[in-house]
Amino acid sequence: MKQKTILDVKQLQTYFYLEADRVAKAVDDITFSIHPGETVALVGESGSGKSMAALSIMQLIRKPGRIKQGSIRLEGKELLQLTNRQMAQIRGKDIAMIFQEPMTALNPVYTIGNQIGEILRKHQGLNRQQAKQEAINLLQTVGIPRATEIIHEHPHQLSGGMRQRVMIAMAIACKPKLLIADEPTTALDVTIQAQILDLLMQLKEQFHMSLLLITHDLGVVSEYADRVIVMYGGQMVEEAAVKELLQNPKHPYTDGLLASLPNMEEHAERLGTIRGTVPPAYAYPAGCRFSTRCPAVMDICHVKAPSLKQLTPEHQVRCHLYANGGDLS
Amino acid sequence: MYAYTIRRVLIFIPMLIMLSIIVFGLAKAAPGDPFTGKILDPTVDPEVFEQQREALGLNDPIPVQYARWASAMATGDFGTSMYYKGKSVQSLIQERALNTIYLGLFSLAITILVAIPIGMYSARNPYSLLDYSATTFGFMGLAIPNFFFGLVAIYLLSIKLGWFPAQGTISGTEIGGWEEWKSRLHHMVLPGITLGLAGTASYMRYMRSEMLDVLKSDYIRTARAKGMGERNILYKQALRNAIIPIITLMGFEFGALLSGAIITEQVFNYPGIGTLFINSIMNRDYPVIMAITLLLGVAILIGNLLADIFYSLVDPRIRYD
Ligand SMILES: Nc1ncnc2c1ncn2[C@@H]1O[C@H](COP(=O)(O)OP(=O)(O)OP(=O)(O)O)[C@@H](O)[C@H]1O
Ligand code: SF4
Ligand SMILES: [Mg+2]
Repeated sequence: MKQKTILDVKQLQTYFYLEADRVAKAVDDITFSIHPGETVALVGESGSGKSMAALSIMQLIRKPGRIKQGSIRLEGKELLQLTNRQMAQIRGKDIAMIFQEPMTALNPVYTIGNQIGEILRKHQGLNRQQAKQEAINLLQTVGIPRATEIIHEHPHQLSGGMRQRVMIAMAIACKPKLLIADEPTTALDVTIQAQILDLLMQLKEQFHMSLLLITHDLGVVSEYADRVIVMYGGQMVEEAAVKELLQNPKHPYTDGLLASLPNMEEHAERLGTIRGTVPPAYAYPAGCRFSTRCPAVMDICHVKAPSLKQLTPEHQVRCHLYANGGDLS
Repeated sequence: MYAYTIRRVLIFIPMLIMLSIIVFGLAKAAPGDPFTGKILDPTVDPEVFEQQREALGLNDPIPVQYARWASAMATGDFGTSMYYKGKSVQSLIQERALNTIYLGLFSLAITILVAIPIGMYSARNPYSLLDYSATTFGFMGLAIPNFFFGLVAIYLLSIKLGWFPAQGTISGTEIGGWEEWKSRLHHMVLPGITLGLAGTASYMRYMRSEMLDVLKSDYIRTARAKGMGERNILYKQALRNAIIPIITLMGFEFGALLSGAIITEQVFNYPGIGTLFINSIMNRDYPVIMAITLLLGVAILIGNLLADIFYSLVDPRIRYD
């Protein structure tokens, strides 16, 4: 029997139609599911399409981008067939999202209370008074002291960490089924990063949410995620349970990412980086998109694009090295 | 907030003094006085002019003249006109200044009512037909000189079609109450549009680009991610952020708008401060020229002050600076 899922993304393609007939394939055919209560990490270098995948789920892709095709189901319900208005009923209520930049993510001219309150009034039909009280409760839930005063303050009066807590308060306001956090701590002070992530995990448990955590920090992945999806060039190149992926990485790109992780025991010596740079999304090489940088590149890689292969029920990879079902030979 | 306002008002004072010195200095530096030009009149003894100069204090040292003028101005005594014998400058200016302010406000209202909605629409529907039309109109509005537009408007809408009066402030028959205001507004339509033309054109473009910028910002994306509807996004989240710099700029430019009224009033023979100003220059009526220049300067300063205070009220980020 198939396990119940919260989110099912199938063959999603999000392209940006640029000038001169160039097409940036920001998200190119990704398929994955998220189960109830699960934390799935989306990792990859800058430009690999993590944010665009997340924004596609929210249907917040801006022109010249467009979801070209695919299917996004929330508890079985197809979201891509909804009207704008219907989708707005889902956003913030069933799926919420937190962004990377807390400094600019809040509207500078409205108070914190107003910005939390409006989502409660919109989705839960609370009146002003109830919304205000609930906003205070939410701020306390995300660990903001002086909540009764903070609701009257404006974003510029708060620190980055506080603002991110406010963003989290808004995200959990309607107890969504799925929370998407796009590099929620990248812009924050290192000392605060762990606090925010711990808070997210605690809230996830408390409200029985699933979490799609976008990051390029494999340290964060190892600590917080259940399952990992590695993205490169708009595609999934590897997917596995965290332990499996960290101990038994298959894809040369995953290898490279792990190698660039600072290792406690061996210090900087192992701190290698993947050579070369990510090709632009409108000019991927023929064959395997990683072929321009891959240390294990073979002739076939320049000609034929590898497809995603299921190695074990828990592990899939996109690489010609595993063309025969994972047999390295 | 209050401290900020008070500080702003206090800065106003030295600026006013500077302004008065400049106005006075310029007036003194200009060649000639009310008697120049008549000096050749052979029927009048030059000695008489000299006596009058002496009596008016025109021969005193400059600083003394400045002190006398400035302290009189400060107490609201603008002096007497040299041209309209015995008429106080105040009586000359008062009614006309009001006319000009009405015209300025009316033109500003047109600008706001036209520029902001169209700018918003253009930002929402860039490269649409209306956006292109607005762009074209914008360039024309900026390129066509005020007086020319005014003359064409008079020719077409007043003389040919007879929709609007071509000159004056009221028809004269309606005094007082609603009828008078209706007539005033009717008279202000053409000069108001003419005066506001360039401003409308540029504020429209400004609103468009401001709105486009705001709609790209992170907090709009946040609002969308919260599931807020299009109306909320547009009118609550975006409008307030986009309109702040625009209203502020309008405040800063209100004085300049009044200065711009000088030419428009001339074209429409509108009895405002501008027509008086030009007549006074022709007549070398220095007390009037100086008073008007000073008042225009004060209007600009007050515009700046109000814009600043408005800005600190609506933009919470600068409230506690
Ligand atoms: N507005 C746009 N116009 C053209 N291309 C775009 C646009 N936005 C995104 N892209 C393309 O989409 C690709 C993926 O971008 P995305 O923001 O999803 O990367 P990311 O993995 O989130 O990177 P980062 O770690 O920097 O956030 C980029 O390489 C870029 O080419
Ligand atoms: S398919 Fe070839 S180039 Fe691509 S990752 Fe595998 S080995 Fe490297
Ligand atoms: Mg990103």
